[in-house]
Amino acid sequence: MTDIPIRPSIRRRHEAIGGKLVSRLTIALSLLVGIALFFLYQRFVYGLGAVTNINNGYPWGIWVVWDVIIATGFACGGYAMALLVYILNRGEFHPMIRSALTASVFGYSLGGLSVLIDLGRYWNFWHILSPSYFNPGSVMFEVAACITLYIVVLWIEWFPTFLEWLGTRGIQKAFERMLFVFIGLGVLLPSMHQSSLGSLLIAMGYQVHPLWQTPFLPILFLMTALCMGYAVVIFEATLAAVGFARDVREELPLLEKLGKVVASVLLMFMVLRFADIIDRGQTGRLTEGNLQTAMFWIETVLFAFPIAAFSFGSGQSRMSRLFPAAASMLAGAVLYRIDAFLVAYNSPTHWHYFPSAPEILVTLGVIAIEVLAYIVFVKKFPILPGHEYR
Amino acid sequence: MPASQQNFDEIEQRYGVSRREFMAFCTGIAATMGLANSAAAQVAEAITKKERPSVIWLHHQECTGCTESMLRAEHPTLEKLILDVISLDYHETLFAAAGHQIEAARKAAQEKNKGKYLLVVEGAIPMKDGGIYCKIGGQTSLELTREAAAGAAAIIALGSCASWGGMPSTPPNPTGSVGVAEALGRKDILSIPGCPSNPYNFLACVVHFLTFGKLPPLDSQGRPLFAYSRLIHENCERRAHFDAGRFALEFGDEGHRKGYCLYKLGCKGPETYANCSIVQFGDVGMQSWPVGMGHPCIGCSEKGIGFTKPIHALADLKNQRPPVGYARVNEEQGTGLNSAGVAVVSGVVGAAVGAGAMLTKKLSALEGSQKSGENRQE
Amino acid sequence: MSCNRRDFMRGGLGGAAAAAACATLGASPAEARENKKVPGNAIGLLYDSTLCIGCKACMSACKTTNELPLDDNVGGKLWDTPFELSGKTYTVIKVYQDGTSVNKDQVKDGFAHIKRQCLHCIDPSCVSVCPVKAMTKNPETGIVSYNADACIGCRYCVAACPFHVPQFQYDTPFPRIAKCQLCKEELAKGDIPACAKVCPTGATLFGSYNALSKEIERRKDMKPGEANVFPRRTVDSGDTYERAAAHYTEEVYGAKALGGTQVRYLAGVPFDKFDLPVGLPERSYASQSESMQEALYSGLTVPAAAFAGLMLAAYFGTKNLHDDEEG
Repeated sequence: MTDIPIRPSIRRRHEAIGGKLVSRLTIALSLLVGIALFFLYQRFVYGLGAVTNINNGYPWGIWVVWDVIIATGFACGGYAMALLVYILNRGEFHPMIRSALTASVFGYSLGGLSVLIDLGRYWNFWHILSPSYFNPGSVMFEVAACITLYIVVLWIEWFPTFLEWLGTRGIQKAFERMLFVFIGLGVLLPSMHQSSLGSLLIAMGYQVHPLWQTPFLPILFLMTALCMGYAVVIFEATLAAVGFARDVREELPLLEKLGKVVASVLLMFMVLRFADIIDRGQTGRLTEGNLQTAMFWIETVLFAFPIAAFSFGSGQSRMSRLFPAAASMLAGAVLYRIDAFLVAYNSPTHWHYFPSAPEILVTLGVIAIEVLAYIVFVKKFPILPGHEYR
Repeated sequence: MPASQQNFDEIEQRYGVSRREFMAFCTGIAATMGLANSAAAQVAEAITKKERPSVIWLHHQECTGCTESMLRAEHPTLEKLILDVISLDYHETLFAAAGHQIEAARKAAQEKNKGKYLLVVEGAIPMKDGGIYCKIGGQTSLELTREAAAGAAAIIALGSCASWGGMPSTPPNPTGSVGVAEALGRKDILSIPGCPSNPYNFLACVVHFLTFGKLPPLDSQGRPLFAYSRLIHENCERRAHFDAGRFALEFGDEGHRKGYCLYKLGCKGPETYANCSIVQFGDVGMQSWPVGMGHPCIGCSEKGIGFTKPIHALADLKNQRPPVGYARVNEEQGTGLNSAGVAVVSGVVGAAVGAGAMLTKKLSALEGSQKSGENRQE
Repeated sequence: MSCNRRDFMRGGLGGAAAAAACATLGASPAEARENKKVPGNAIGLLYDSTLCIGCKACMSACKTTNELPLDDNVGGKLWDTPFELSGKTYTVIKVYQDGTSVNKDQVKDGFAHIKRQCLHCIDPSCVSVCPVKAMTKNPETGIVSYNADACIGCRYCVAACPFHVPQFQYDTPFPRIAKCQLCKEELAKGDIPACAKVCPTGATLFGSYNALSKEIERRKDMKPGEANVFPRRTVDSGDTYERAAAHYTEEVYGAKALGGTQVRYLAGVPFDKFDLPVGLPERSYASQSESMQEALYSGLTVPAAAFAGLMLAAYFGTKNLHDDEEG
């Protein structure tokens, strides 16, 4: 590896950061989890309608759009970093992969679990994995099967961390040598289902607003998934810097590079999106005075800001520039997915949907579980790159 | 001027009815016409008048069913009452007299009460071949009617036959039967169609004439609005079944036995204007009308329906605006923006933006300190 | 050497990515799946809005036959008053109204009825999108039916149906999808669908797809106002009555849009007045979606090739890292 400069200082092993588990933050998060559990009890006893506002005009609410479609997007850090490190052979990013992977493990596992909350007939979920029920033409089948498989793959990819914690260095080494199969899968499966999350909308045809409905949906979704993956790594690194009082100066150049990757992918995304809108003759929609058009432009602004922020400027205030840019990128991607599935979904039968408070609180609870688990794991397991503490 | 005590005493003597029963009758008649309660006094006043108006009652092509049903009206001593309220100067069914005697009586009454008497016509008038298909005393129906109509204060066409031709005019209509209005070419004729017509509609009209000296308001076909402005369907006792989609499919089937709507058996209620579903027939209690008995309405009072359209044929729903309770094509459903949801979302978004801003600030501060730290190290 | 290796790997990956990209765009029309064809013994319904008197006999019979509960939207639990299809309602008569609404089947100051129910698409989206084959189309009769035992309750069918037909039950912990299955149990008994059986005017008419096509043509050829014979229950039941033909709009709903449907509508007012989607393309969304999936995943060749490339890349990628770590 002569052509890739690697700083020796960040080639250190991963470390558990330790510290107390009970803090104001974790108590607050547990409270949110408790509230969510109460509403989940209602959901399972009285049905979906008792807690959510979803209806037959909007059968998919935030439990699908946030907990699965957006949450797995957020959990693309592992995928995006694996692609960068193992496939594109950017070894310099290797130290960051484990934290990204940990976030992915929780993101996807909880995404998968919250699917069970949302499924009306959850006790039949195993049909997704039973060949006699397979409907290969269904995008949903592909998404469900892929995500389920990927969750397993993610845990396998994460397993060395556990082995390292156990201290069984020999087994860990041996395990890591055969890990390439799962890394291959770990890049393939998200590419498949993250693009398919976009394909889900294609069968909905005219019901999805023309600013979002396009044959390019799979590619657009894949691009945002990648960007979300890198943005989340930047986001988490900066959060960890403040939250765990870690010195991340040595990671900064890498985060800057990730930012550049986000900016270029995002730029391609924007070019493709606008070219497609022009190609389909839907430019008139860009100037209409309705909610959809407004949301489209908000998305565009949220995407444009990180392109500028990641591409230009460097030097002193790097983190305070990277962080808002990553946050803006994530907000844009969140909005893109919410818009595509909810705002752009035009119900012809005059239905309305806005999530109910209990519905949102359940989603917050799921997020809280995710954050809690992440905090516990980074404190107990060797996940974050080893560093000196300030 | 209210009916005096003396009048009531007289009535009790004359008709053998109590004062209470009499006032109930008057109020009932007023109610049939849709008049206010206070009109009952006027009605009583008119009925107790000593001078009773002359009535000439002609029969043409008909079955006398209207007269018969009139006679069977069962309110207390009604036929006595009506026969004593008016001076019936000519009625072929009820008169003991016959032949030239009765014709003379008619002519005399026409002459004596010229311009004041009430002409009631029962039966259709044949027009074909000079109207030779119905003659009384050597005169055709048309001649008789013309003669009687000339001096009449008002003309009432009783029953479907007199109103629009009725059963005799059923295609192919061999005698060229028409109703009175068409035969005379007049529009001011009150018609009370029905086969038979409902006696209370007739009585109400007569009493209206006696009370106010004119006929009640009429529709374009000369029918009194108080009785014929609504479809039978609108007040049908089985309407709830129609709205709920419960139908008898055949005579005697489960739906028929359960009293479901008779539309599919050919009920003409939805295209027939009459008050049968409210006033009913024969005074034998509830449901005493065809639909109540389980037979579909045949639309006997409606020109072009009764005796024309097959009984089993489906009715067209006339003037039938969709009921308010029907689902519109664009019913608004679901819960849109709700305060609790919006509050939580704005709370979360606000917290996220706030935390983001704070973090950015903190990061700037951190960078500042790290930078100074670097400087120190250097 | 490492350079060569990396170049090789990148080349392989690029190739796989390019192949995936081409497949995603999907779209060479030659290999795309066509719309499905009408099944051999297809049956269906014809709903003629001009004959419908809005008596709701079909709704009532549907509830009785399918043992569906009351759908009360006005309170009091006295009446079945569904606003739309719902978890408790397979069919609903809705009304278009304008102004004084006194003229039947007229746009201005008029009104007209429409029957909402499953149209039994020839190429149904719900069947295409269902991940577990809970929605199936009978290859003989073309009835689109639902199997609750297979269903996982993901509601993709609810979201994807272009006519908003499948309805999910939100008010029970053990929900199902509710939708018209053309009274398949009644058909098995030799009977006909309940709504067609009770319709007093033959506005809902049952028959084979082809017989109904002929009936549609016959009605379109009628002169408005002229007396014509209309069958009830089924096209050839012999139970007929005479009435004046109404004026029909040009469009036959369900004839072509999205590959056509086995339940078709005739009406006197344009179908957009009924809030039904109009101007839909003739190519079914199911075929579009499946073509894309097939191009990407048919025989799993593209994913397998990509997997091979990725695995190879990952092998060398991790090897380098381990070497580095050990070295």
